Amino acid sequence: MPVLSSQDIEYIAQLARLELTDTEKQRYAEQLSVVFDYFEMLREVDVTDVPETCQVTGLEDVAREDVAVACDVETKKKLIEAFSQKVGNVLIVPGVFEN
Amino acid sequence: MKLNELTIVEAAEGLKKKEFSSVELTEACLARIQERNKALNAFITVCDESALDEAKKADEMIAAGKGSVLTGIPFAVKDAICTKDVRSTGAAKILDNYFPSFDATVIKKIRDAGGVLIGKNNCDTFGHGASNENSMYGSVRNPHDETKVAGGSSGGSAAAVADHMCIYAIGEDTGGSIRWPAAACGIVGLRPSYGRNSRYGIMPMASSFDTVGPMTKTVEDTAIVMEAIAGHDPLDATTVTDKVPKYAEAISHKLTAISYKIGVPKEYMELEGMDEEVKAEIENKIKELKNAGHEIIPISLPHTKYAIPVYYILVPSEDSSNLARLDGVRYGVRATADSLYNLYARSRAFGFPEEVKRRIMIGTYALSAGYYDAYYRLAQKVRTKIIHDFEEAFEQVDAIVTSTAPFPAFGIGEKANDVLAMYLADIFVSPASVAGLPALSVPAGETKAGLPVGLQVIGPRLGEEVVLLVGKMVEKIRN
Repeated sequence: MPVLSSQDIEYIAQLARLELTDTEKQRYAEQLSVVFDYFEMLREVDVTDVPETCQVTGLEDVAREDVAVACDVETKKKLIEAFSQKVGNVLIVPGVFEN
Repeated sequence: MKLNELTIVEAAEGLKKKEFSSVELTEACLARIQERNKALNAFITVCDESALDEAKKADEMIAAGKGSVLTGIPFAVKDAICTKDVRSTGAAKILDNYFPSFDATVIKKIRDAGGVLIGKNNCDTFGHGASNENSMYGSVRNPHDETKVAGGSSGGSAAAVADHMCIYAIGEDTGGSIRWPAAACGIVGLRPSYGRNSRYGIMPMASSFDTVGPMTKTVEDTAIVMEAIAGHDPLDATTVTDKVPKYAEAISHKLTAISYKIGVPKEYMELEGMDEEVKAEIENKIKELKNAGHEIIPISLPHTKYAIPVYYILVPSEDSSNLARLDGVRYGVRATADSLYNLYARSRAFGFPEEVKRRIMIGTYALSAGYYDAYYRLAQKVRTKIIHDFEEAFEQVDAIVTSTAPFPAFGIGEKANDVLAMYLADIFVSPASVAGLPALSVPAGETKAGLPVGLQVIGPRLGEEVVLLVGKMVEKIRN
């Protein structure tokens, strides 16, 4: 039975880019342990030689020509309007690399 | 009868005969929303002005002899579906200020036909939930009893249709999010086969499960909407190219002339803890289907009990990767932060409710190095076994009939602190989702307390016609 500690939760939260409070860490540690314990029942199923199902349509290699399509002025304006933070038509983000 | 209480068929007939206009029909729905939304909380956004403008245009279309059966009919849309220039939050604060620059394909089809978008329905945030209590905009209340949940995740849509705030709604079903709220509120809801309707513009939850479908007052209305929205879409590579049948015409056949083989899975009927009144209503409808000349065949779907753990491994895994796009960078609400990492982590902490965070955590863990084989890959294999169960069953039967849920609508707050109990609400609806099959919930009766009971019809892949036909028969027996 997997038991998740507060440190495990902290590590998963960091991978998932989620800031959690101490209360949340404690609560998720308890709840995720219960949920993953419940998942253990799948080990009863004999899956020898059973293929994985990744999709149900049977469609394969659906592709289109890689052609650039112009974006109309109105849509462009709306996309820029929707920016979380901007100066003029440019999106502002904190630097990716420090220093 | 008030205009907002009409079905699509009745409203379209009245519009055609000029008994009333689309503007009058829309005003009747808006008045009902005004009167009832405070109590039910079924809408996050109401399109007062734009709906009346659209209704005027629809009236012109009708006067010019253009349009279709959906022209001028007011409809509501789950807020996890993008609507051009109409705020689409997905019931998440991170998208509180998001106005899409495009319509989802299914919505575009309806709006191009002159449909009147009346508003956006409350739902569990991004569809994560079975009670609508996980919305960051408050719980939806059940119109039949306001102390009960409306079901979820498309709870606002179900409540809005049941309470006549719109003529029909478009919902989204990943694991039961159309069918269970439809059952809880006493309306009809169809989860189409995966790939039948375009997912373009649906806020992605679990991309290998998500479907979008109608929530209506009658089975015939569902057939009409399905016909209008189904079909291949170049913008969704998982849509199938198969021709869309004429659903409305198919179910207008004389029902007495058809005899079906209907399977009843013992794993569903014998579930421990199933509500006795719900069970009795479903057994009663099965008996009446037999009396109407259909062959009832007991069947077994032995891997049924594994559908919930399979679902709750695969779906949060897909959730966690899909939701990575919401980080406060390009659009949506951004938290103040001194570094890029903190900008991501804080915007997401602020903008997601508890259940969304929980699912991101479950999914991230299940997909992390060292656990992928133990959970994700194993669940994908058991998914295959569940699909095989259905394939074998459909060699013997035309359709499968079950209860939509093991219980009627439960009290608000009753299961809120028990994560597993809430997940088990999906026990009858998740297997068809895991297998990508079409499934309909149709009202079957009600409990002594007056809470609706839904019957689920599951069909073979792309077998929406048979599902609608059996649903129509149940509806006919009930009336």
